[in-house]
Amino acid sequence: MKSLILRTAAPPIVSLMVLFSIFVLLRGHNEPGGGFIGGLIAVAALSIYGIAFGVETVRRAIVFHPLAIAGAGLLLSTLSGFLSAIFHVPFMTGLWITPVVLGVEIPLSTVMSFDIGVYLVVVGAVTSIALSLEEREDS
Amino acid sequence: MAVSASSPVLSEALVLAPVTALDWLVIAPVAWCIGIGAVLMMVRHRGMLQPLIAIAALTVLVCLDAMLLWHVSQGGPVTMVMGRWLPPFGIAFTVDLTGALFALAAAVVALAGAVAAMADIDASGRRYGFYPFLMLLMAGASGAFLTGDIFNLYVWFEVLLISSFGLLVLGSRSAQIDGAVKYGFLNLVATTLFLVATGYLYGIFGTLNMADIARKAPGLRDTAPLMTLTALYLLAFSMKAAAFPVNFWLPASYHTPRIVVSALFAGLLTKVGIYALIRVSILLFPVEREILGPVLALVAILTMLTGGLGALAQTDSRRLLGYLVISGIGSMLAGIAIGGPDAIAGTLFYALHSMLVMTALYLAIGLAARLGAGFSLAVPSGLYRDHAALAFLTLALFFSVSGLPPFSGFWPKVMLVKAALDAGAVWLAGALLLTGFLTMIATGRLFLLSYWRPRDERTAGAGQAGLPVSGLPVRRLPITIVAPLVVLTALSLLIGLFPETLLALARQAALALTTPTAYLDSVFAPGSLQ
Repeated sequence: MKSLILRTAAPPIVSLMVLFSIFVLLRGHNEPGGGFIGGLIAVAALSIYGIAFGVETVRRAIVFHPLAIAGAGLLLSTLSGFLSAIFHVPFMTGLWITPVVLGVEIPLSTVMSFDIGVYLVVVGAVTSIALSLEEREDS
Repeated sequence: MAVSASSPVLSEALVLAPVTALDWLVIAPVAWCIGIGAVLMMVRHRGMLQPLIAIAALTVLVCLDAMLLWHVSQGGPVTMVMGRWLPPFGIAFTVDLTGALFALAAAVVALAGAVAAMADIDASGRRYGFYPFLMLLMAGASGAFLTGDIFNLYVWFEVLLISSFGLLVLGSRSAQIDGAVKYGFLNLVATTLFLVATGYLYGIFGTLNMADIARKAPGLRDTAPLMTLTALYLLAFSMKAAAFPVNFWLPASYHTPRIVVSALFAGLLTKVGIYALIRVSILLFPVEREILGPVLALVAILTMLTGGLGALAQTDSRRLLGYLVISGIGSMLAGIAIGGPDAIAGTLFYALHSMLVMTALYLAIGLAARLGAGFSLAVPSGLYRDHAALAFLTLALFFSVSGLPPFSGFWPKVMLVKAALDAGAVWLAGALLLTGFLTMIATGRLFLLSYWRPRDERTAGAGQAGLPVSGLPVRRLPITIVAPLVVLTALSLLIGLFPETLLALARQAALALTTPTAYLDSVFAPGSLQ
């Protein structure tokens, strides 16, 4: 779309939306949010970017093919479940570590890595659909 | 680290006993398939790498399922709850002999399909994701066979449906889209019915764990509308399994995709429906099944006969096999209609036999078509003269699917007929025998018309310009299709000659389904009140 306003406004909007999607992803453990809705927000950001600058620019910006991102997310989620095997607990049991970095406790868990996997699956799969739809419109 | 195990409160909510490596076999097939599917998605553009990874992974899957079967046959049903939450709150994977047997047969079929696909699926099919879809299809099938939670079963049905949809449209010819729309729509109706029934069930029982449902059902039988619920489930799963009045999606779609995809579908999809029927009608609602027995018997007879007669009427070998799949489903339904350990054992045996043989049959006619015969019965190919070995192999499979000794189709037919006669269901026994006869005529007709009849020189010249007129063009048989075909046929012969092991396993599995004490005990500690 050849709109100067959109092209000027898109970069800050897109970066804010991606940031917000990550916030929603991390917030999702105890409050409304999570990987699925966070992923959808990120897809919305990428779609705006695509509308403003074209599909090719988005494909270059995300480096990997969207479906490869979805695959990586699925793999991450599956591996998060397999980690429990080492600790002799059933599949998908939530495991936590809280390393202290510079005096701040950072809780990390397999629940979180699972949710990041979901985020990546949603980003990859829905971006793939959105980009091919936009591509159809361009041509 | 994980919460300390010392707190007494935790034992009320969590599984605190350490999980052994052997118990991981319960979830391993599903998680393995999903993980490999994800990897294959990431290497989607590496055409050569994909089949290698997939075949190696499916070989591992066969081993995992074989070990699981061994584990279950040694120590009885095994349960693992996801996220260590105690059942019925955690989603339980409970594997009994039935599930393990089905999972192993499915893995063998998928491995055969993956090998055959090396020759049948071209580069563009690979790029569009044949192998990732295959792995996810296997994740769905394994999940359905291994789960012990009825809503989770629904989820695996969906996984199965989505990946089968992807496989069906691979290639995007208009006939495929046409088939896929019918297949997709009618299957979505079936899964929606399944979901509605599951919501209803949750409203009645307040639980989704199958073992929990099975032990609560006797107490609720007088007050709750369990008949309605069972009827809804039977309708939904009959659609999935392609039973008579609701099976029109199968003849409309199975002949459209690549032949390997048809082979996989014939081996996997309808059998998952049969498995779910067995699980729900025998394990969860045996009393209701008893009452619905005559209806099921009628459906079984009609499915068998329409399948057999439909097969007789076809002029396309793929469509013919589609109707044979249906008539086989009728025979399995007959066992469910009779009930009782003997009949269920027959159904289980029949399902396992059918998975192997139907896949092999599709591969065989695919090979025949590749050699120039095409799928039409109207064109004589003279395959018998040019490729006698292939013709004999196919004939063996035809014998097997018709239920003739010494192949695997013989034993389940004997078991089912005997069970029907024991139960006094003479009509059912008659229909079973008549179906065997019809199948024999249909396959005999296929063999006569398309294999035996010598090639007509004039039509051949007119039909396929540019090919040498005398005899078939001698092409090399692709080893990647021949090898799985030979292995599957050999398995059928082996099972036919030495049925004792599988017979014993099927009996044991059927007994465990009809008296599910061990199944319940593996989920809930023996004697525990709910």
